[in-house]
Amino acid sequence: MIGLFHFRQGPEGRRVSSSGSALSFKGVVALAGQFPVLAGVDLELPRGETILLRGANGAGKTSLMRVCLGLLPVVSGQARVLGFDVNHQKVAIRKNAFLLGHQSGLYDDLTVVENLRFALKAARKPLDEIGRTMELLQLSGRLGDTRIGQLSAGQRKRVGLAVLVARQPELWLLDEPHASLDALSRQVLGQVINDAVTRGSTVVMASHEHDAALPRVDRIVFMAGGRVDHVEVIKEEASLPSTQPRVGSHDDPSIPLSPDIGESNTDTSSEAGGSGSAHVA
Amino acid sequence: MWRDAILVAGKDLRIELRSRVATNQIAPLGVLILVLFAFALGPDRPALQKASAGLFWVAILFSSVLAVQRAYAIESGDAAREYLRISGLDPAGIFVGKAAAIAIQLLGIEAVLGAGIAILYGAKGGAWLIVVVTSLLATVGLASVGTIYGVIAGGLRVKETLLPLLMLPVAAPVLLCGVEAWNATLGVHLNNALPWVRLLILFVIVYVALGIVAYGPLLEGT
Repeated sequence: MIGLFHFRQGPEGRRVSSSGSALSFKGVVALAGQFPVLAGVDLELPRGETILLRGANGAGKTSLMRVCLGLLPVVSGQARVLGFDVNHQKVAIRKNAFLLGHQSGLYDDLTVVENLRFALKAARKPLDEIGRTMELLQLSGRLGDTRIGQLSAGQRKRVGLAVLVARQPELWLLDEPHASLDALSRQVLGQVINDAVTRGSTVVMASHEHDAALPRVDRIVFMAGGRVDHVEVIKEEASLPSTQPRVGSHDDPSIPLSPDIGESNTDTSSEAGGSGSAHVA
Repeated sequence: MWRDAILVAGKDLRIELRSRVATNQIAPLGVLILVLFAFALGPDRPALQKASAGLFWVAILFSSVLAVQRAYAIESGDAAREYLRISGLDPAGIFVGKAAAIAIQLLGIEAVLGAGIAILYGAKGGAWLIVVVTSLLATVGLASVGTIYGVIAGGLRVKETLLPLLMLPVAAPVLLCGVEAWNATLGVHLNNALPWVRLLILFVIVYVALGIVAYGPLLEGT
C-alpha cells in the first residue's frame, strides 16, 4: 500500500508507528462539553484507502473526524492519527490532515482566490496549485474574483473542497461532502477522492449518500451511539480472498450500499461479544 | 510567527476595507459618544477641556470593545474559528496578527476622535511626542487585552455581552495611564507624564507576552 510505512519526523516529536495506520483508536472516549460523543471507540484503519463512515444522526461520525484533528479532547483511551498522538501532537496532525465539514471556514468578504491564497499560505503550501484546482472544481474565470458571501451553498462547498485539494493532505476528512453539490460536482468530488487515494492519501468520509456519486470505497465503518458497531471490508474482486479478520455484518436493510459498493464483494461477519466496538487490524 | 501575523493582519484588514465596519459604524459611534458627553456636561467649555482626555479615552475604550467584537465576528461565520485552529497557523502569529489589525483600526479611530475633542471640547495640543507615544502604547495595550479576552469570549455563547465585562476592568489601567499622561501633556495639571508612560509600557509588555504564550491554549480550550 502506498505510504504504508512512510514516516516523517513531526515538529512536536517523533511519529510513533502504529503499523502504518491512518487511524489507531483504542478505547477512545471524547467529550463535547459533558456529553460523551465517542464512548469507547476501537478502530484501526490502514493508510491509502477510502473509508466510509455510516450511521444514524448522532452516531458519532462527525465527532470521530473532529477528534482526529484534536478539535474534541480525548479524555480516555489512546488515539493516534497518522502515527501522531491526538492530544499531544495536534500541530503535526493538522499539517498532514484536513477536514471539509458542513461548513468550510471561508470568509464572506474575501473572494474565492483570496480565500484559497490565505488557506494555502497558512498551511505553507505552494500557491501554484490554485489555478489547476480552481479549474478542476469549475471555479476559474469570473467566479474566482467573486466574494464568498455572494456564492451559492454548492459553490461555497466547491471552494471548501478546492482548499482541501490544493492542500493535498495525507488524511482527508470529509463530512457529508456531497451535501449541496449538483450531479456534475459530485462526479468531480468522486474523481478528486479517487485521485487522492491513488496518490497515497487516506480518505475518511461520512455520508448518507446511497447513489453512484460515492467513490469506490475500501472499507465501511458502521457507527452507533458513539461507538464503532462493526467494520466491513470491501473486496474489489470476488476471487480475492480476504486478508482481514471477519469483524462484522451488513445485515441492516435500511442501510443499502451504493451501486459501486454493491458490485463488489463484502467480507463480513457478526461481531463477537456485543461490546459495541469492533477492531480491524 | 511574524509571517503568520502579517498574513492574519492582512486578512483582517482586507475584510475591514471591504465591510467598512470600523469606518462606518465604530468611528461614528465614538464621535457620537463625544457629542453625548458634551450634551451631558453642558456648554461649560473649560470643564469640557479639562475632561477631554478622560472622555477621549472612555470613547476609545468603548470603540475598542466593538473593534474586538468585530475581529472575532469575522471568525464566527462558516466555522472560520475552527478552521483557523486547523489552518496550520502559529497561534502566537494569530494573536499578533489580530492584535495588529485591531490596533491599526483603533489608531484610525483615535485620529478621528482626536479631531473630535479638538473641535467639540476645544482641547489643545501639548507635548506631541508624549501624546503620540502614549496613544501608540495604549492602543497596543487595548488591542492585546481585547485579542486575549476576545478569544475567550468568542468561544462562548454569550460572547456579545461577556466581552465588555471581561475586557473593560482589565483595560482600566490603560484608561488611567492614557488619561494621566495626556492631562500632563495637555496642560490640565502639571504632573509628570513619564511615570504613566512607564506604567503603560509595563502593561503592554505583560499583555503582549501573555497573549503570545496563552493564545494557543485559549483558542483550543474555549
